Amino acid sequence: MIKIDNITKSFGEKVVLNGVSGVFEKGKPNLLIGASGTGKSVLLKCIVGLVMPDKGEVFYDERPFYASDRDVKTDIRREMGMLFQGGALFDSKTVEQNVMFPLDVLTNMSLEEKMDRVNICLKRVSLENSNKKMPSEISGGMKKRVGIARAIVNNPNYLFCDEPNSGLDPQTSVLIDELIQDISEEFDITTIVVTHDMNSVMGIGEKIMFIYKGQNLWVGTKNDITHSGVQELDDFIFANKVMRSLRQQQ
Amino acid sequence: MITEIGKYFMFLGTMLVRRESFKTYYKLVLEECVSVGIGSVFLVALVSTFMGAVTTVQTAFNMVSDFIPDYVISQVVREMIVLELAPTIIAVIFAGKVGSAMASGLGTMRITEQIDALEVMGINSISYLVLPKIIASLMMYPLLVVVAGVCGMVGGYLAGTLTGIISPNDYVLGLRSSYNEFTVIFALIKSVVFAFLVSSISSYKGYNTQGGALEVGVSSTQAVTSSVIAVLVADYLLAQLLLSK
Ligand SMILES: Nc1ncnc2c1ncn2[C@@H]1O[C@H](COP(=O)(O)OP(=O)(O)OP(=O)(O)O)[C@@H](O)[C@H]1O
Ligand SMILES: [Mg+2]
Repeated sequence: MIKIDNITKSFGEKVVLNGVSGVFEKGKPNLLIGASGTGKSVLLKCIVGLVMPDKGEVFYDERPFYASDRDVKTDIRREMGMLFQGGALFDSKTVEQNVMFPLDVLTNMSLEEKMDRVNICLKRVSLENSNKKMPSEISGGMKKRVGIARAIVNNPNYLFCDEPNSGLDPQTSVLIDELIQDISEEFDITTIVVTHDMNSVMGIGEKIMFIYKGQNLWVGTKNDITHSGVQELDDFIFANKVMRSLRQQQ
Repeated sequence: MITEIGKYFMFLGTMLVRRESFKTYYKLVLEECVSVGIGSVFLVALVSTFMGAVTTVQTAFNMVSDFIPDYVISQVVREMIVLELAPTIIAVIFAGKVGSAMASGLGTMRITEQIDALEVMGINSISYLVLPKIIASLMMYPLLVVVAGVCGMVGGYLAGTLTGIISPNDYVLGLRSSYNEFTVIFALIKSVVFAFLVSSISSYKGYNTQGGALEVGVSSTQAVTSSVIAVLVADYLLAQLLLSK
Protein backbone atom coordinates (compact mmCIF):
# COMPACT_ATOMS: atom_id res chain seq x y z
CA MET A 1 0.00 0.00 0.00
CA ILE A 2 1.22 3.46 -0.84
CA LYS A 3 -0.23 6.50 0.87
CA ILE A 4 0.43 10.01 -0.37
CA ASP A 5 -0.21 12.99 1.78
CA ASN A 6 -0.62 16.57 0.58
CA ILE A 7 1.85 16.38 -2.31
CA THR A 8 2.49 19.89 -3.60
CA LYS A 9 4.77 20.87 -6.42
CA SER A 10 5.33 24.04 -8.41
CA PHE A 11 7.75 24.79 -11.20
CA GLY A 12 8.55 28.45 -10.80
CA GLU A 13 5.24 30.28 -10.78
CA LYS A 14 3.33 27.34 -12.20
CA VAL A 15 1.57 25.22 -9.59
CA VAL A 16 1.39 21.71 -10.99
CA LEU A 17 0.27 19.73 -7.95
CA ASN A 18 -1.75 21.45 -5.28
CA GLY A 19 -1.99 19.14 -2.29
CA VAL A 20 -2.80 15.69 -3.64
CA SER A 21 -3.59 13.02 -1.04
CA GLY A 22 -4.77 9.46 -1.45
CA VAL A 23 -4.18 5.77 -0.98
CA PHE A 24 -3.05 3.21 -3.55
CA GLU A 25 -4.02 -0.31 -2.66
CA LYS A 26 -2.06 -3.52 -2.79
CA GLY A 27 -2.71 -6.33 -5.23
CA LYS A 28 -4.41 -4.32 -7.93
CA PRO A 29 -3.64 -1.62 -10.48
CA ASN A 30 -4.46 1.86 -9.19
CA LEU A 31 -5.18 4.16 -12.11
CA LEU A 32 -4.23 7.82 -12.23
CA ILE A 33 -6.20 9.55 -14.94
CA GLY A 34 -6.45 13.11 -16.15
CA ALA A 35 -5.99 15.29 -19.21
CA SER A 36 -2.61 15.83 -20.78
CA GLY A 37 -0.47 18.29 -18.84
CA THR A 38 -2.37 18.01 -15.56
CA GLY A 39 0.65 16.69 -13.74
CA LYS A 40 0.18 12.92 -13.71
CA SER A 41 3.78 12.22 -14.63
CA VAL A 42 4.97 14.80 -12.14
CA LEU A 43 2.86 13.17 -9.41
CA LEU A 44 4.29 9.76 -10.26
CA LYS A 45 7.80 11.18 -10.14
CA CYS A 46 7.06 12.79 -6.77
CA ILE A 47 5.89 9.42 -5.49
CA VAL A 48 9.05 7.60 -6.55
CA GLY A 49 11.29 10.49 -5.52
CA LEU A 50 12.59 11.57 -8.90
CA VAL A 51 11.04 14.98 -8.45
CA MET A 52 11.27 16.46 -5.00
CA PRO A 53 7.84 17.78 -3.93
CA ASP A 54 7.73 21.17 -2.25
CA LYS A 55 5.51 19.72 0.46
CA GLY A 56 4.03 16.38 1.37
CA GLU A 57 5.05 12.84 2.21
CA VAL A 58 4.77 9.41 0.64
CA PHE A 59 4.36 6.30 2.78
CA TYR A 60 5.42 2.92 1.45
CA ASP A 61 3.64 0.41 3.68
CA GLU A 62 3.87 2.88 6.55
CA ARG A 63 7.51 3.77 5.82
CA PRO A 64 7.81 7.49 5.11
CA PHE A 65 9.98 8.09 2.05
CA TYR A 66 11.05 11.71 2.23
CA ALA A 67 11.61 11.70 5.98
CA SER A 68 13.94 8.70 5.72
CA ASP A 69 17.70 8.81 5.35
CA ARG A 70 19.47 7.78 2.21
CA ASP A 71 19.90 4.11 3.09
CA VAL A 72 16.21 3.56 3.78
CA LYS A 73 15.37 5.44 0.61
CA THR A 74 17.68 3.13 -1.33
CA ASP A 75 16.07 0.09 0.28
CA ILE A 76 12.60 1.29 -0.68
CA ARG A 77 13.82 2.09 -4.17
CA ARG A 78 15.14 -1.40 -4.62
CA GLU A 79 11.60 -2.67 -4.17
CA MET A 80 10.34 -0.51 -7.03
CA GLY A 81 9.93 -1.19 -10.70
CA MET A 82 9.10 1.60 -13.06
CA LEU A 83 8.04 1.89 -16.66
CA PHE A 84 8.76 5.33 -18.09
CA GLN A 85 6.59 7.14 -20.58
CA GLY A 86 9.26 6.82 -23.27
CA GLY A 87 10.58 3.43 -22.20
CA ALA A 88 13.92 4.78 -20.97
CA LEU A 89 15.83 1.74 -22.18
CA PHE A 90 19.62 1.92 -21.93
CA ASP A 91 20.50 2.45 -25.54
CA SER A 92 23.99 0.98 -25.33
CA LYS A 93 22.59 -2.36 -24.14
CA THR A 94 20.63 -5.08 -25.92
CA VAL A 95 17.05 -5.95 -24.99
CA GLU A 96 18.29 -8.86 -22.94
CA GLN A 97 20.94 -6.79 -21.14
CA ASN A 98 18.36 -4.11 -20.41
CA VAL A 99 16.02 -6.55 -18.75
CA MET A 100 18.87 -8.26 -16.91
CA PHE A 101 20.32 -4.99 -15.69
CA PRO A 102 18.48 -4.72 -12.34
CA LEU A 103 19.48 -8.31 -11.57
CA ASP A 104 23.11 -7.61 -12.49
CA VAL A 105 23.40 -4.65 -10.20
CA LEU A 106 21.06 -5.50 -7.36
CA THR A 107 21.31 -9.27 -6.90
CA ASN A 108 23.92 -11.99 -6.65
CA MET A 109 22.16 -14.42 -8.96
CA SER A 110 24.16 -16.68 -11.25
CA LEU A 111 24.06 -16.06 -14.97
CA GLU A 112 21.74 -19.03 -15.58
CA GLU A 113 19.29 -17.88 -12.94
CA LYS A 114 19.33 -14.40 -14.41
CA MET A 115 18.87 -15.72 -17.96
CA ASP A 116 15.89 -17.79 -16.83
CA ARG A 117 14.28 -14.86 -15.11
CA VAL A 118 14.88 -12.58 -18.12
CA ASN A 119 13.36 -15.08 -20.50
CA ILE A 120 10.31 -15.55 -18.31
CA CYS A 121 9.76 -11.80 -18.21
CA LEU A 122 10.30 -11.33 -21.92
CA LYS A 123 7.85 -14.14 -22.57
CA ARG A 124 5.24 -12.46 -20.42
CA VAL A 125 5.41 -9.38 -22.63
CA SER A 126 5.41 -11.60 -25.78
CA LEU A 127 8.95 -10.73 -26.84
CA GLU A 128 10.64 -14.09 -27.12
CA ASN A 129 12.78 -13.50 -30.17
CA SER A 130 14.29 -10.10 -29.65
CA ASN A 131 16.88 -10.84 -26.96
CA LYS A 132 19.87 -9.64 -28.93
CA LYS A 133 18.31 -6.59 -30.58
CA MET A 134 19.35 -3.05 -29.68
CA PRO A 135 16.68 -0.57 -28.52
CA SER A 136 17.20 1.43 -31.72
CA GLU A 137 16.17 -1.63 -33.73
CA ILE A 138 12.78 -2.20 -32.14
CA SER A 139 9.47 -0.36 -32.41
CA GLY A 140 8.03 2.04 -29.84
CA GLY A 141 5.53 -0.52 -28.60
CA MET A 142 8.25 -3.13 -28.25
CA LYS A 143 10.31 -0.66 -26.23
CA LYS A 144 7.36 -0.23 -23.88
CA ARG A 145 7.13 -3.97 -23.45
CA VAL A 146 10.85 -4.32 -22.81
CA GLY A 147 10.44 -1.51 -20.25
CA ILE A 148 7.71 -3.51 -18.51
CA ALA A 149 9.85 -6.63 -18.52
CA ARG A 150 12.69 -4.65 -16.95
CA ALA A 151 10.33 -3.17 -14.36
CA ILE A 152 9.07 -6.55 -13.18
CA VAL A 153 12.26 -8.59 -13.47
CA ASN A 154 13.39 -8.10 -9.90
CA ASN A 155 9.98 -8.94 -8.37
CA PRO A 156 9.09 -5.44 -7.21
CA ASN A 157 6.68 -4.69 -4.38
CA TYR A 158 5.72 -1.45 -6.03
CA LEU A 159 5.21 -1.04 -9.74
CA PHE A 160 4.81 2.30 -11.50
CA CYS A 161 3.75 2.59 -15.11
CA ASP A 162 3.57 5.89 -16.95
CA GLU A 163 1.23 5.33 -19.87
CA PRO A 164 2.04 1.68 -20.46
CA ASN A 165 -0.09 1.45 -23.55
CA SER A 166 0.26 4.76 -25.33
CA GLY A 167 1.53 4.04 -28.80
CA LEU A 168 0.33 0.46 -28.79
CA ASP A 169 -2.40 -1.07 -30.93
CA PRO A 170 -5.69 -1.88 -29.14
CA GLN A 171 -4.96 -5.60 -28.97
CA THR A 172 -1.49 -5.24 -27.48
CA SER A 173 -2.84 -2.53 -25.17
CA VAL A 174 -5.32 -4.94 -23.70
CA LEU A 175 -2.61 -7.57 -23.33
CA ILE A 176 -0.38 -5.12 -21.48
CA ASP A 177 -3.23 -3.96 -19.25
CA GLU A 178 -4.11 -7.51 -18.37
CA LEU A 179 -0.47 -8.33 -17.80
CA ILE A 180 -0.18 -5.46 -15.34
CA GLN A 181 -3.36 -6.54 -13.61
CA ASP A 182 -2.27 -10.18 -13.47
CA ILE A 183 1.14 -9.54 -12.00
CA SER A 184 -0.27 -7.08 -9.48
CA GLU A 185 -2.71 -9.70 -8.25
CA GLU A 186 -0.36 -12.65 -8.53
CA PHE A 187 2.52 -11.10 -6.59
CA ASP A 188 0.44 -8.77 -4.46
CA ILE A 189 2.14 -5.68 -5.86
CA THR A 190 0.98 -2.12 -5.29
CA THR A 191 0.74 -0.85 -8.85
CA ILE A 192 0.14 2.71 -9.98
CA VAL A 193 -0.72 3.20 -13.63
CA VAL A 194 -0.88 6.61 -15.28
CA THR A 195 -3.17 6.59 -18.27
CA HIS A 196 -5.61 8.58 -20.29
CA ASP A 197 -6.83 5.62 -22.25
CA MET A 198 -10.52 4.95 -21.57
CA ASN A 199 -10.15 1.34 -22.67
CA SER A 200 -7.72 0.75 -19.82
CA VAL A 201 -9.97 2.59 -17.42
CA MET A 202 -12.95 0.42 -18.27
CA GLY A 203 -10.80 -2.70 -18.46
CA ILE A 204 -8.72 -2.70 -15.30
CA GLY A 205 -10.00 0.33 -13.37
CA GLU A 206 -10.73 -1.19 -10.00
CA LYS A 207 -9.38 1.88 -8.31
CA ILE A 208 -9.24 5.17 -10.16
CA MET A 209 -8.00 8.58 -9.12
CA PHE A 210 -8.91 11.54 -11.32
CA ILE A 211 -6.44 14.41 -11.28
CA TYR A 212 -7.71 17.80 -12.34
CA LYS A 213 -5.82 21.09 -12.09
CA GLY A 214 -3.31 19.66 -9.63
CA GLN A 215 -5.88 18.15 -7.35
CA ASN A 216 -7.36 14.78 -6.64
CA LEU A 217 -10.91 15.49 -7.74
CA TRP A 218 -12.53 12.07 -7.67
CA VAL A 219 -11.75 8.52 -6.52
CA GLY A 220 -13.75 5.45 -7.44
CA THR A 221 -13.97 2.36 -9.62
CA LYS A 222 -14.82 1.68 -13.25
CA ASN A 223 -18.37 0.83 -12.19
CA ASP A 224 -19.18 4.27 -10.86
CA ILE A 225 -16.98 6.41 -13.09
CA THR A 226 -19.76 6.96 -15.66
CA HIS A 227 -22.16 8.40 -13.08
CA SER A 228 -19.87 10.27 -10.76
CA GLY A 229 -21.79 13.52 -11.00
CA VAL A 230 -18.50 15.39 -11.35
CA GLN A 231 -18.71 17.66 -14.38
CA GLU A 232 -14.95 17.76 -15.05
CA LEU A 233 -14.74 13.97 -15.00
CA ASP A 234 -17.71 13.65 -17.35
CA ASP A 235 -16.04 16.08 -19.74
CA PHE A 236 -12.94 13.91 -19.62
CA ILE A 237 -14.53 10.50 -20.20
CA PHE A 238 -17.29 11.55 -22.55
CA ALA A 239 -15.00 13.56 -24.76
CA ASN A 240 -15.62 11.39 -27.78
CA LYS A 241 -18.86 10.88 -29.67
CA VAL A 242 -19.06 7.14 -29.22
CA MET A 243 -18.92 7.42 -25.46
CA ARG A 244 -21.50 10.20 -25.53
CA SER A 245 -23.96 8.17 -27.59
CA LEU A 246 -23.38 5.20 -25.31
CA ARG A 247 -24.39 7.35 -22.39
CA GLN A 248 -27.51 8.51 -24.15
CA GLN A 249 -28.55 4.91 -24.76
CA GLN A 250 -28.20 4.04 -21.11
CA MET B 1 29.35 31.12 -11.37
CA ILE B 2 30.07 30.56 -7.67
CA THR B 3 26.89 28.47 -7.22
CA GLU B 4 27.83 26.53 -10.33
CA ILE B 5 31.20 25.67 -8.81
CA GLY B 6 29.49 24.73 -5.56
CA LYS B 7 27.10 22.43 -7.40
CA TYR B 8 30.05 20.90 -9.21
CA PHE B 9 31.71 20.01 -5.91
CA MET B 10 28.45 18.61 -4.54
CA PHE B 11 28.22 16.54 -7.71
CA LEU B 12 31.71 15.16 -7.06
CA GLY B 13 30.77 14.48 -3.43
CA THR B 14 27.66 12.53 -4.36
CA MET B 15 29.77 10.44 -6.68
CA LEU B 16 31.80 9.09 -3.78
CA VAL B 17 28.97 7.95 -1.50
CA ARG B 18 26.83 4.83 -1.82
CA ARG B 19 28.71 3.01 -4.52
CA GLU B 20 28.00 -0.33 -6.12
CA SER B 21 30.19 -3.40 -5.87
CA PHE B 22 33.79 -3.37 -7.05
CA LYS B 23 32.97 -5.92 -9.73
CA THR B 24 30.44 -3.59 -11.34
CA TYR B 25 32.98 -0.80 -11.58
CA TYR B 26 35.77 -2.99 -12.85
CA LYS B 27 33.81 -3.83 -15.98
CA LEU B 28 32.56 -0.29 -16.50
CA VAL B 29 36.05 1.16 -16.13
CA LEU B 30 37.46 -1.25 -18.70
CA GLU B 31 34.73 -0.33 -21.16
CA GLU B 32 35.41 3.36 -20.64
CA CYS B 33 39.17 2.84 -21.01
CA VAL B 34 38.57 1.41 -24.44
CA SER B 35 36.42 4.29 -25.57
CA VAL B 36 38.52 6.99 -23.89
CA GLY B 37 41.96 5.62 -24.69
CA ILE B 38 41.88 3.48 -27.79
CA GLY B 39 39.30 5.78 -29.32
CA SER B 40 41.59 8.80 -29.12
CA VAL B 41 45.03 7.36 -29.72
CA PHE B 42 44.97 7.87 -33.48
CA LEU B 43 43.94 11.51 -33.28
CA VAL B 44 46.46 12.19 -30.52
CA ALA B 45 49.28 10.57 -32.48
CA LEU B 46 48.38 12.45 -35.63
CA VAL B 47 48.15 15.85 -33.95
CA SER B 48 51.30 15.43 -31.92
CA THR B 49 53.38 14.21 -34.87
CA PHE B 50 52.50 17.34 -36.79
CA MET B 51 53.01 19.50 -33.72
CA GLY B 52 56.52 18.10 -33.37
CA ALA B 53 57.25 18.63 -37.04
CA VAL B 54 56.05 22.22 -37.04
CA THR B 55 57.85 23.05 -33.80
CA THR B 56 61.11 21.77 -35.25
CA VAL B 57 60.82 23.74 -38.46
CA GLN B 58 59.83 26.93 -36.66
CA THR B 59 62.52 26.65 -34.01
CA ALA B 60 65.15 26.17 -36.71
CA PHE B 61 63.76 29.14 -38.59
CA ASN B 62 64.09 31.34 -35.51
CA MET B 63 67.66 30.31 -34.73
CA VAL B 64 69.46 32.50 -37.19
CA SER B 65 72.72 32.87 -35.29
CA ASP B 66 75.62 30.70 -36.38
CA PHE B 67 76.88 30.58 -32.83
CA ILE B 68 74.02 28.36 -31.70
CA PRO B 69 74.76 24.71 -32.45
CA ASP B 70 72.11 22.73 -34.35
CA TYR B 71 71.40 20.32 -31.54
CA VAL B 72 69.82 23.13 -29.53
CA ILE B 73 66.89 22.92 -31.94
CA SER B 74 65.86 19.46 -30.82
CA GLN B 75 66.57 20.36 -27.22
CA VAL B 76 64.05 23.21 -27.49
CA VAL B 77 61.62 20.94 -29.30
CA ARG B 78 61.90 18.36 -26.53
CA GLU B 79 61.24 20.90 -23.80
CA MET B 80 58.30 22.43 -25.60
CA ILE B 81 56.68 19.11 -26.36
CA VAL B 82 57.18 17.52 -22.96
CA LEU B 83 56.33 20.54 -20.88
CA GLU B 84 53.51 22.16 -22.73
CA LEU B 85 52.44 20.82 -26.08
CA ALA B 86 51.88 17.17 -25.14
CA PRO B 87 49.99 17.63 -21.87
CA THR B 88 48.17 20.87 -22.56
CA ILE B 89 47.39 21.00 -26.27
CA ILE B 90 46.42 17.34 -26.21
CA ALA B 91 44.12 18.16 -23.26
CA VAL B 92 42.31 20.60 -25.52
CA ILE B 93 41.98 17.87 -28.14
CA PHE B 94 40.88 15.46 -25.41
CA ALA B 95 38.20 17.90 -24.25
CA GLY B 96 36.97 18.26 -27.81
CA LYS B 97 36.79 14.58 -28.51
CA VAL B 98 36.26 12.71 -25.24
CA GLY B 99 34.74 15.49 -23.14
CA SER B 100 32.08 16.37 -25.68
CA ALA B 101 31.24 12.70 -26.17
CA MET B 102 30.86 12.23 -22.41
CA ALA B 103 28.61 15.27 -22.13
CA SER B 104 26.39 14.35 -25.04
CA GLY B 105 26.18 10.72 -23.93
CA LEU B 106 25.11 11.65 -20.42
CA GLY B 107 22.85 14.42 -21.73
CA THR B 108 21.03 11.95 -23.94
CA MET B 109 20.65 9.56 -21.03
CA ARG B 110 19.22 12.41 -19.00
CA ILE B 111 16.61 13.57 -21.49
CA THR B 112 15.50 10.03 -22.35
CA GLU B 113 15.01 9.31 -18.62
CA GLN B 114 17.69 6.63 -18.54
CA ILE B 115 19.27 8.37 -15.57
CA ASP B 116 15.88 8.45 -13.83
CA ALA B 117 15.55 4.74 -14.52
CA LEU B 118 18.85 4.10 -12.71
CA GLU B 119 17.80 6.25 -9.78
CA VAL B 120 14.48 4.44 -9.40
CA MET B 121 16.36 1.15 -9.22
CA GLY B 122 18.16 2.58 -6.19
CA ILE B 123 21.44 3.03 -8.03
CA ASN B 124 23.52 6.14 -7.42
CA SER B 125 23.51 7.24 -11.04
CA ILE B 126 26.33 9.74 -10.60
CA SER B 127 28.78 7.21 -9.27
CA TYR B 128 27.56 4.49 -11.60
CA LEU B 129 27.90 6.61 -14.73
CA VAL B 130 30.54 9.21 -13.92
CA LEU B 131 33.07 7.53 -11.65
CA PRO B 132 34.13 4.97 -14.31
CA LYS B 133 34.60 7.79 -16.82
CA ILE B 134 36.83 9.73 -14.46
CA ILE B 135 38.88 6.70 -13.43
CA ALA B 136 39.31 5.64 -17.05
CA SER B 137 40.44 9.14 -18.00
CA LEU B 138 42.92 9.27 -15.11
CA MET B 139 44.38 5.99 -16.31
CA MET B 140 44.37 6.60 -20.04
CA TYR B 141 45.15 10.29 -20.43
CA PRO B 142 48.71 10.13 -19.03
CA LEU B 143 49.35 7.28 -21.45
CA LEU B 144 48.03 9.40 -24.29
CA VAL B 145 50.39 12.17 -23.22
CA VAL B 146 53.30 9.76 -23.34
CA VAL B 147 52.24 8.69 -26.82
CA ALA B 148 51.97 12.35 -27.79
CA GLY B 149 55.44 13.10 -26.46
CA VAL B 150 57.02 10.25 -28.38
CA CYS B 151 55.10 11.03 -31.57
CA GLY B 152 55.98 14.71 -31.28
CA MET B 153 59.68 13.98 -31.10
CA VAL B 154 59.44 11.49 -33.94
CA GLY B 155 57.55 14.07 -35.98
CA GLY B 156 60.28 16.59 -35.27
CA TYR B 157 62.93 14.09 -36.27
CA LEU B 158 61.21 13.36 -39.56
CA ALA B 159 60.62 17.00 -40.41
CA GLY B 160 64.11 18.03 -39.36
CA THR B 161 66.09 15.30 -41.08
CA LEU B 162 64.03 14.93 -44.24
CA THR B 163 64.31 18.63 -44.99
CA GLY B 164 67.97 18.77 -44.01
CA ILE B 165 67.45 21.35 -41.24
CA ILE B 166 69.31 19.18 -38.75
CA SER B 167 71.31 16.00 -39.05
CA PRO B 168 69.97 12.82 -37.39
CA ASN B 169 72.97 12.79 -35.04
CA ASP B 170 72.46 16.36 -33.92
CA TYR B 171 68.76 15.78 -33.38
CA VAL B 172 69.36 12.79 -31.12
CA LEU B 173 72.20 14.59 -29.36
CA GLY B 174 69.85 17.50 -28.64
CA LEU B 175 67.14 15.23 -27.29
CA ARG B 176 69.64 13.71 -24.87
CA SER B 177 71.55 16.78 -23.73
CA SER B 178 70.86 18.42 -20.36
CA TYR B 179 67.82 16.27 -19.78
CA ASN B 180 65.96 16.95 -16.54
CA GLU B 181 63.63 14.15 -15.60
CA PHE B 182 61.49 16.48 -13.53
CA THR B 183 59.98 17.84 -16.76
CA VAL B 184 58.52 14.41 -17.47
CA ILE B 185 57.19 14.09 -13.94
CA PHE B 186 55.73 17.57 -14.24
CA ALA B 187 54.06 16.61 -17.51
CA LEU B 188 52.53 13.54 -15.90
CA ILE B 189 51.27 15.55 -12.92
CA LYS B 190 49.70 17.97 -15.37
CA SER B 191 48.12 15.19 -17.36
CA VAL B 192 46.50 13.64 -14.28
CA VAL B 193 45.05 17.01 -13.26
CA PHE B 194 43.82 17.79 -16.78
CA ALA B 195 42.27 14.34 -17.19
CA PHE B 196 40.34 14.84 -13.98
CA LEU B 197 39.19 18.31 -14.96
CA VAL B 198 38.07 17.39 -18.45
CA SER B 199 36.24 14.21 -17.48
CA SER B 200 34.55 15.58 -14.38
CA ILE B 201 33.50 18.91 -15.87
CA SER B 202 32.19 17.29 -19.03
CA SER B 203 30.28 14.70 -17.04
CA TYR B 204 28.85 17.38 -14.80
CA LYS B 205 27.64 19.39 -17.78
CA GLY B 206 26.13 16.36 -19.48
CA TYR B 207 24.54 14.95 -16.34
CA ASN B 208 22.76 18.22 -15.61
CA THR B 209 21.28 18.67 -19.07
CA GLN B 210 17.67 19.81 -18.99
CA GLY B 211 15.29 19.85 -21.90
CA GLY B 212 15.64 18.12 -25.23
CA ALA B 213 17.99 17.26 -28.05
CA LEU B 214 18.90 20.90 -28.55
CA GLU B 215 20.10 21.24 -24.97
CA VAL B 216 22.24 18.12 -25.34
CA GLY B 217 24.16 19.97 -28.04
CA VAL B 218 24.45 23.02 -25.81
CA SER B 219 25.75 20.95 -22.89
CA SER B 220 28.29 19.32 -25.09
CA THR B 221 29.61 22.67 -26.32
CA GLN B 222 29.65 24.07 -22.79
CA ALA B 223 31.50 20.99 -21.62
CA VAL B 224 34.30 21.66 -24.09
CA THR B 225 34.46 25.38 -23.34
CA SER B 226 34.47 24.98 -19.58
CA SER B 227 36.97 22.11 -19.63
CA VAL B 228 39.36 24.03 -21.84
CA ILE B 229 39.19 27.11 -19.60
CA ALA B 230 39.75 24.97 -16.52
CA VAL B 231 42.70 23.24 -18.18
CA LEU B 232 44.34 26.52 -19.12
CA VAL B 233 43.89 28.03 -15.66
CA ALA B 234 45.19 24.86 -14.04
CA ASP B 235 48.11 24.84 -16.46
CA TYR B 236 49.14 28.31 -15.36
CA LEU B 237 48.67 27.56 -11.65
CA LEU B 238 50.67 24.36 -11.86
CA ALA B 239 53.48 26.11 -13.68
CA GLN B 240 53.56 28.77 -10.96
CA LEU B 241 53.45 26.22 -8.18
CA LEU B 242 55.87 23.64 -9.45
CA LEU B 243 58.26 25.45 -11.75
CA SER B 244 58.91 28.78 -10.04
CA LYS B 245 62.10 28.77 -8.12
N1 LIG C 1 10.92 19.74 -15.08
C1 LIG C 1 9.89 20.57 -15.31
N2 LIG C 1 10.08 21.89 -15.31
C2 LIG C 1 9.07 22.75 -15.54
N3 LIG C 1 7.81 22.37 -15.77
C3 LIG C 1 7.52 21.06 -15.78
C4 LIG C 1 8.56 20.09 -15.55
N4 LIG C 1 8.00 18.86 -15.62
C5 LIG C 1 6.70 19.06 -15.88
N5 LIG C 1 6.40 20.36 -15.98
C6 LIG C 1 5.07 20.94 -16.22
O1 LIG C 1 4.16 20.27 -15.41
C7 LIG C 1 2.93 20.07 -16.10
C8 LIG C 1 2.49 18.64 -15.94
O2 LIG C 1 3.34 17.80 -16.69
P1 LIG C 1 3.17 16.23 -16.72
O3 LIG C 1 4.28 15.69 -17.52
O4 LIG C 1 3.02 15.72 -15.35
O5 LIG C 1 1.81 16.04 -17.49
P2 LIG C 1 1.01 14.70 -17.70
O6 LIG C 1 -0.23 14.81 -16.91
O7 LIG C 1 1.88 13.53 -17.44
O8 LIG C 1 0.66 14.81 -19.23
P3 LIG C 1 0.71 13.67 -20.36
O9 LIG C 1 -0.55 12.92 -20.22
O10 LIG C 1 0.75 14.47 -21.62
O11 LIG C 1 1.93 12.85 -20.15
C9 LIG C 1 3.15 20.49 -17.52
O12 LIG C 1 2.47 21.69 -17.74
C10 LIG C 1 4.63 20.70 -17.64
O13 LIG C 1 4.88 21.82 -18.44
MG1 LIG D 1 2.87 12.12 -18.60
